[in-house]
Amino acid sequence: MYQIVKKKTLNSNTKLMVIDAPFVAKKAQPGQFIILRVDEEGERIPLTIAEYDREKGHVTIIFQEVGATTKKLGLLNEGDCLNDFVGPLGVASHLEGLKKVAVVGGGLGCAIAYPQAKALHEMGAEVDLIAGFRNKDIIILEDEMKAASTNLYVMTDDGSNGHKGFVTDALKKLIEDGNQYDAVIAIGPMIMMKFVSEVTRPYGIKTIVSMNATMVDGTGMCGCCRLTVNGETKFACVDGPDFDGHQVDFDESMRRSAMYKAQEKEATEHHECNLHKMEVK
Amino acid sequence: MANMNPKKCPMPEQDPNVRNKNFEEVALGYTPEMAIEEAQRCLNCKHKPCVAGCPVGVKIPEFIALVAEGKFIEAAAKIKETSALPAVCGRVCPQESQCESKCVRGIKGEPVAIGRLERFVADYAMANDTTEITVPEQNGHKVAVVGAGPAGLTCAGDLARLGYKVTVFEVLHTAGGVLMYGIPEFRLPKAIVQKEIDNLKAMGVEFILNFVVGRSETIDDLFADGYEAIFVGSGAGLPSFMNVPGENYNGVYSANEYLTRVNLMKAYKEDSATPILRAKRVAVVGGGNVAMDAARSAKRMGAEEVYIVYRRGESELPARLEEIHHAKEEGIIFKFLTAPLEVLGDEETYMVKGLKCQQMELGEPDASGRRRPIPVEGSEFVLDLDAVIVSIGTSPNPLIRSTTPGLETNKRGCIVADEETGLTSKEGVFAGGDAVTGAATVILAMGAGKKAAAAMHEYIQNKNK
Repeated sequence: MYQIVKKKTLNSNTKLMVIDAPFVAKKAQPGQFIILRVDEEGERIPLTIAEYDREKGHVTIIFQEVGATTKKLGLLNEGDCLNDFVGPLGVASHLEGLKKVAVVGGGLGCAIAYPQAKALHEMGAEVDLIAGFRNKDIIILEDEMKAASTNLYVMTDDGSNGHKGFVTDALKKLIEDGNQYDAVIAIGPMIMMKFVSEVTRPYGIKTIVSMNATMVDGTGMCGCCRLTVNGETKFACVDGPDFDGHQVDFDESMRRSAMYKAQEKEATEHHECNLHKMEVK
Repeated sequence: MANMNPKKCPMPEQDPNVRNKNFEEVALGYTPEMAIEEAQRCLNCKHKPCVAGCPVGVKIPEFIALVAEGKFIEAAAKIKETSALPAVCGRVCPQESQCESKCVRGIKGEPVAIGRLERFVADYAMANDTTEITVPEQNGHKVAVVGAGPAGLTCAGDLARLGYKVTVFEVLHTAGGVLMYGIPEFRLPKAIVQKEIDNLKAMGVEFILNFVVGRSETIDDLFADGYEAIFVGSGAGLPSFMNVPGENYNGVYSANEYLTRVNLMKAYKEDSATPILRAKRVAVVGGGNVAMDAARSAKRMGAEEVYIVYRRGESELPARLEEIHHAKEEGIIFKFLTAPLEVLGDEETYMVKGLKCQQMELGEPDASGRRRPIPVEGSEFVLDLDAVIVSIGTSPNPLIRSTTPGLETNKRGCIVADEETGLTSKEGVFAGGDAVTGAATVILAMGAGKKAAAAMHEYIQNKNK
């Protein structure tokens, strides 16, 4: 069992948890992820490792409550335990040798982009961090991101924080202003990663994306998370999750992600219904 | 006087049209009376040809003699002397090509039903044996087993019996490997596998689940932690795909994914948290046991039509005869000499809508000794479907080979290991099962685990002289 040692609400539907998992903390690297199962009856879901403390044996995860499993997870409190927590999984991000980088995070993706930015910043690279949110109420990790970057640009779709626009607008402007990036690292919803890749493509800037495919085991034994990269089938869980954004077939990946939409909706409604029953009691 | 009936005592089974709608076990097992009757068919041969056909050398005539006398618990103990998982083997071994293929009674009539008797004895002991499992005397040496599948469990059991402190590292949340995620409940009830694993725990074997050897710790890290020898039984879990157009449409599964969702994640239960498509028309591509398991599972998940699409003929099917027979009884439709060309999908929904196939004919034997399928010109046709399950084989996962310097692998990604000892190119590292052979059978993996355990014992003894 894996104990929740800390829980923090970041915004209305995003939570942070620190989990006691020494075997995961021991070798975790930025870009890697874990798979967890809340309870004996639960499904396996992948979440990125947001931070780790090797000495304490702690691993931080940040998740958005989007469906039955993440809502169930969000209900747990400090001291409660998760049934299963396995990792680190996936290949760590290749950050060596990068001197000037733009890290682009979208929504919850900022939690995933943050460890990369932090690692690059600690390695002495110049990091422009562009973080995008729908509105100012859901901005997360602003102070942490500020500390992990040279320049932080927080954008909101509606301009409610003063910087209106999409992350792609900010990135495009930085490139047009003459910033020479060794790489752009984009993490967030697939549609955002697709558009970031389209922004950088004409400039030939290397663009790394973190593919958040549907997964079951996360160890390469099923191919549920497969995607097409440069015409070849790859497994996001063992070959990735990082891939070259200019080579990924985003349209296919987005459609694969929607495969269980109807069932997910049903599971979430069923879960809400159960919660309601609990409250009525 | 032996029972000279030329036929095996039949084993009761669930009716095909009932069982193809549930996940309960198909074969119901012998009653004590049936077991005694069948045991009396054994001639107790002096030269025991059956034993030579068993990869773990079960003392077959001895245990059967005890069954014939009604000494079922003693019979179970006799099997346990050489086999770690009799309730599993009695169910899933291809006895027709192993022990039973060598049985003298098989020359004129059917061989003795060794598998059914082993199963009966193991089940009987599981239900009735109240003797506490004793922890063997410890010898003070630590060994590690990577992977809790049939090879690893057997190796762990044998080493524990020799007094080693054994730790098994497993990446999934449940031990058992393919016995848990692959072989369905209707062929191998999971409670039985769990009972066998619990017996190993009672003997002092420690299981660390959710542990990724190759990521959390490498093989070299394990040596640094004080393990004196390591057995790698990490299997061949990486699925192959067909590399035909349309393979990434929604509704195309690898058999591993489909079976993992159904078996390990229990997606066959209506209220399971893990989703699965409940497809109405399904094609399973391939002809092995895994293909039969996937097809029979799809039928039980409510599919009205389930096809096995196989590019060779019926006599070339690699699956066990009993499984093919069961599949046919349950209404699985076989499309022989049929090769998939393309998965067709709906451009709007991105869901599978069909499989374009081509008729084949058999030519001369190829390198594998089987007749090579050759496409028939102009024979293309389309099967209307809403799911395709790809079951054309698996290969070893690259995780351990890519993180263990000095561990030699061949071009198929299999670990190179001595057939008799499991010894690899790296000192102190032994390997066996599908990680070495590529996808094979449960009992061969168990045999490899057994041989490796003996070799590890010898290695540690010599090292400490």
